[in-house]
Amino acid sequence: MKKKWITIIVIAVIALFFYSSIKGNYNKMVAMDEGVKSQWAQVENVYQRRADLIPNLVNTVKGYAEHEQETLTGVIEARAKATSTTIDPSNLNTESIQAFQQAQSGLSSALSRLMVVVERYPNLKANQNFLELQTQLEGTENRITVERQKFNSSAQTFNTFIKQFPKNIYANTFGFEEKAYFKAQENAQEAPKVEF
Amino acid sequence: MRSHLMINNRVMRKKIKYILLILISFISIQTIAQNYPEHTGNSVNDFTGNFLRNNEINALESKLRKFETETSSAIVIAIVESFDGYDKASYAFGLGEKWGIGKEGKNNGIIILVKPKNQNSKGEVFIATGYGLEGAVPDAITKRLVENEIIPYFKQGMHYKGLDEATNRIMELTRGEYTADEYRQATSGSAAGTGIPVIIIFLIVIIFSFIGRARRARHYAVGHNIPFWIAMGMLSSNRSHGGSFGNFSSGGGSFGGFSGGGGFGGFGGGSFGGGGAGGSW
Repeated sequence: MKKKWITIIVIAVIALFFYSSIKGNYNKMVAMDEGVKSQWAQVENVYQRRADLIPNLVNTVKGYAEHEQETLTGVIEARAKATSTTIDPSNLNTESIQAFQQAQSGLSSALSRLMVVVERYPNLKANQNFLELQTQLEGTENRITVERQKFNSSAQTFNTFIKQFPKNIYANTFGFEEKAYFKAQENAQEAPKVEF
Repeated sequence: MRSHLMINNRVMRKKIKYILLILISFISIQTIAQNYPEHTGNSVNDFTGNFLRNNEINALESKLRKFETETSSAIVIAIVESFDGYDKASYAFGLGEKWGIGKEGKNNGIIILVKPKNQNSKGEVFIATGYGLEGAVPDAITKRLVENEIIPYFKQGMHYKGLDEATNRIMELTRGEYTADEYRQATSGSAAGTGIPVIIIFLIVIIFSFIGRARRARHYAVGHNIPFWIAMGMLSSNRSHGGSFGNFSSGGGSFGGFSGGGGFGGFGGGSFGGGGAGGSW
């Protein structure tokens, strides 16, 4: 009789131990997952901010540099492509992030071509409105850098967490997947450098 | 069995020591890799030691501290020798984030980062705004502050004047943005804040006077052969409360004594998202 009780108690204690371990880790994973997602929203936010600047920028440049129609069209097209590429935040894997990054870097290079062209128009460069837009663009590029860094570090924290034993077992069971990172730009697709 | 356990214990201890050592070495490696200086606890941090004079630092410091207590928005000035290979923008965001300038949740911090001109390189300035102040101080404004307020003075060697003007402008722009809840609580809210201690003091005074009275009443009752409770009622009716209330008010006085001395409260975990602009001279 006594033995039976002891085994029941032991089993109950072990079950309780497992339950609390799983529960704690699962809840933490959910919280961290949400953290990564909200950081991703922040990344999309700052990219959107850049996209929102572009119509204004294009209009300002158009007034001074009518002969640069081709470059301007290039920027508008790249913007359309960039804004149409969005990711479902629950699916932050390598491919989706790479696609997103590619679309955005297309816009970056179109913008940097525009900025090179602008150098030829001293009147435009003296325009107060244009100067302000340039500052805003520069600030937006800074924001993009910062938010991408923050995204990478929150993704890294999450990945480290779910890869450790025994959390990797729980993560597998509950379908938490590793998050992908933003990679540094491979070549020439640099953010437009705005020199004053 | 016991000796076996003891050996095990010793081995465990050694292991823990090693683990601790490894951990400590990791921590120190990380801090070396991230080469931001620690803040001095003040709002003005001159790491070069000669960019501003002492009286100038004090003037800026007291102005910025006052502003921080009034509005809770924190303006921090950092003057460094170099950016350790970073560009000025990322250094400013990194430093602001690491120091946690502004309040957590409000993110109402601003850092003015300066690298003085030297033989090898240009002087550089960057004003970075925390998330919460990006609206009050847009990038275009920080750009203008740098170009029109700071750099013209810096070029003439008037370092204090440039920083003084720029901080004045920033204070004008941000004054309405955040109200200092802490500051309000410390002043107008103090009536409600001290309410609880006053009640406690009141209760203590009552209890003590009760005990004293009870003791006297017991003496009185024993001497006069009347019941304790009646003696107590008799004593309370002819005794004045003046003494005990006097004590109470002097106790309250010491509560009013706390004023916002202490350090600069601007390092409250604020976060930076890339707002701001800079320039060089």
